[in-house]
This record gives sequence, structure tokens and C-alpha cells, in this order.
Amino acid sequence: MSKHIVSIDINGKTVNKEVDSRMLLVHFIREELQMTGTHIGCDTSSCGACTILMDGRSVKSCTLYTVQASGKSVKTIEGMEEGGALHPLQEGFHEEHGLQCGFCTPGMIMRAAELLEKNPNPSEEEIRWGISGNLCRCTGYVNIVKPFSMLLKKCKRRLHE
Amino acid sequence: MIPPSFEYLAPKTIPDAVALLQKHGDEAKILAGGHSLIPAMRLRLAEPGYLIDISNIGGLDYIQEESGQLRIGAMTCEAALEESEIVQRKFPLLLDTAKMIADPSVRNMATVGGNLAHGDPANDHPATMLALRASVVAEGPNGTREIKIDDFFPDFFTTALSEDEILTEIRIPTPPSASGGAYLKIERKVGDYAAAAVACQLNIDSIGSIENIGLGLTNVGSTPIRASSAEELLKGKKPDENMLAEAGRLAAADSEPMEDLRGSAEYKIALVNELTQRAIKLSIQRAEGSR
Repeated sequence: MSKHIVSIDINGKTVNKEVDSRMLLVHFIREELQMTGTHIGCDTSSCGACTILMDGRSVKSCTLYTVQASGKSVKTIEGMEEGGALHPLQEGFHEEHGLQCGFCTPGMIMRAAELLEKNPNPSEEEIRWGISGNLCRCTGYVNIVKPFSMLLKKCKRRLHE
Repeated sequence: MIPPSFEYLAPKTIPDAVALLQKHGDEAKILAGGHSLIPAMRLRLAEPGYLIDISNIGGLDYIQEESGQLRIGAMTCEAALEESEIVQRKFPLLLDTAKMIADPSVRNMATVGGNLAHGDPANDHPATMLALRASVVAEGPNGTREIKIDDFFPDFFTTALSEDEILTEIRIPTPPSASGGAYLKIERKVGDYAAAAVACQLNIDSIGSIENIGLGLTNVGSTPIRASSAEELLKGKKPDENMLAEAGRLAAADSEPMEDLRGSAEYKIALVNELTQRAIKLSIQRAEGSR
């Protein structure tokens, strides 16, 4: 078994740990760091429940070895709030009820964060394509997509306040 | 689904990576973006003893146009293709293809080099590179060599790379003026492989005749397929509906699909026929629009 010391910036804090080379990043986050907001859905890089940001880009943490993230900066849903206040996206999903069971929500929010960062004013089609790698098994897409633009506008306003 | 144990190696230079390949032979696999290899390892379809991660090697992530070629570093991710101004402006076929690969988060990791070096006839770039008449650069213990894409996929899940070579760059000839291209793919859902897909790249002359055309087919045979009979038919012609229909039939005849969960062989042959015609039409439109 090959072991490696990894050094990863997780939500602004550097974590140094020894891991097996085969440990997947999602398992590292959930089991080693006890941060269970990042979910495991399909386990086959289809559903996006495990979506995190790595160096600012959304990636599926079930399809990355922890060693690949060494030296990189990772953000999970736990890192979205600031000083005890929810991130505008979290607040938006809450206020607009952009969820049913909520299982896909952390992944949706992490994906939405990159989408918003790159395209501050997406059309509905761009939103739908943008979250096409994140599945809502409640099929609650209308509630996720329909208020999206409104959410984004709100977020933008708040981000700039 | 826990992958089997392996030794992780992260060289900093290509010669170091090549030396590791020489040392570990067929027990080693190159890890690029990992979005084909890691799922295969999790399903235990692949059990390499050594993974050589080339993401720490600098200088393999670029999209540059120079001396009549677009050069793409092997570690360039699909999202970078989508975001590239050169690709958006001059390579509609490449842009179409990148947008149809998997989903946005996967495209942040998956690499162009990996998509080709994996040798999977279901992957999207192989047919696109056939249509674009690209070549790839391989680096091994004796330096580099350029391999034409037509020679790169000799067999099912097999590439022309030898065991101690690494794909480092993709080279695509800059299209002449009045060029257009398109990639049309039928997939059951986002992230699935193609039931069938067709890549087309062409350029037209001042009266609208096709000067050169490349046609590649995805996932309808044991390798990516060049639809050469349809290419020959169309070269030098200004196709009408009848000729387009004939081109569709010829491309379909060049395909050798097998029945699977994505449909019967007959269905896929019909898809190739129709998608070929649509891809040619769209490419001509785009070529006219680029004048």
C-alpha cells in the first residue's frame, strides 16, 4: 500500500495528512475530515452530489484521488458561509426553496458558485446546461432552475452591497 | 467501489515520466485528468500497479496557434477548449465537440490528450481529430515523433503509442478561409457516450464547391472511423440534396456498429446516415458565414 503525505488547503485551512494513494477525495473529505456536507450519490461521476471547488473550478470529488489535490485549494459547502452568515447562494436556495430532499443541494450550490463566477448573467438555457452534471433525483429542476436567474440577481446585488 | 491499491508517482518532467514508464512497463498507467481511468479502476476494469500522474509536469496545458497549426497541450482540459477565444472563432468543430463531452464539472478535469490516448472509440475527440486531419506528438526515450491521427488508432482500445511514450501535444492544421465544421452527437442523456456521432470539417471555394472535407464517426466500430467514401464523393462538388443523401448512405456503410443499450445496429446506422448529412449542411453554412 502506498502512503503519501498530502497538504491541501480546505476552506482556507491547510490540512496535512497521510493517506493511501487510492483514497478518493470524497472519502478524505467525509471520513478523514468529518465534513459530510459533500455527498456521495451515484459514485460514478454522473450525479454531481460530490461536487466541490478545486482551485475555483467545480469538480467531482468521487473521481479524484486525494493525492491529486495535494498543493491545491479545495472549497466544500462547509466553506461557503462566512462569519456565521450563509453565502448568498445558500440563502437563495433556502428562500426560494430550490430543493426537495436536499441531497443534491450542496453539489448544486458548489456548481452554481463556479457558474455564477464565470457567467454572472446566464440565460435559462445556460443555467440548465451549466448544471447538467448535477442530478436532482426528486426531479425538482423547475424549482432549482426557475428562480435561478432571480437568485443570481439577488446574489449579485448582495455581493456588491 | 474502492479502487485496488497502487503506487502513486508524480514526476515533474517528461523525461522522468518516460523513465518511470520504462521501469514499470505494462504495470504502469499515465494519469491525466483521470476521468476515464479512475472510473475504470473503481470498477476494477483496470488495475495498474503504478499510476504516473503527469499533472505536475509544467508546460502541457496550452492552446496556441503558430506556423499554420493549432497546438494543444495534452493536459489542456475540455473546459479550456470551450473558453478559448481561438477555438470559438476558428474551430467550431472543436468547440461543438468539447461542449458535448460529459458535463461541465467533468470537463474541468478531463483532458484532450487523455481523451485520445485512452483509445476508446466511444470518446469524442478521435472522430473530431480525424475530420480535422490532426496529428499527435509522442515523447519517449528517443525523443519525440509526430503520429498522424489516421495511424493512431490501430485497434480496439489500442493506440500507436508504445509502452514508454507519452502523448504531449495535438496539432491541427489551421483551416483555410471559408472553412466550417460541426460535431453532431446523439446521446441518451448528458454524460453518456454517443449512440452515434459525426464530425465534419470542410472548406469551400468561391462558387461554393467543397475543396477539402474530413468526416469522422464516433462509437460505431471498434475504432474511430474515417468516412472516406463519403469524403471522396464530396471533394470538389457542390452537393445537392441527392448527393448529400448519397454521402449519408456511404458514411453509414463505412460504420460497423454493434447493438448495445444505446440501440440496435440498424438504428445506429440510420443515425450515421442522418447525422452525416446534417453535419455537412451545418459545416457548409458555417463556412459560408465565415467568408
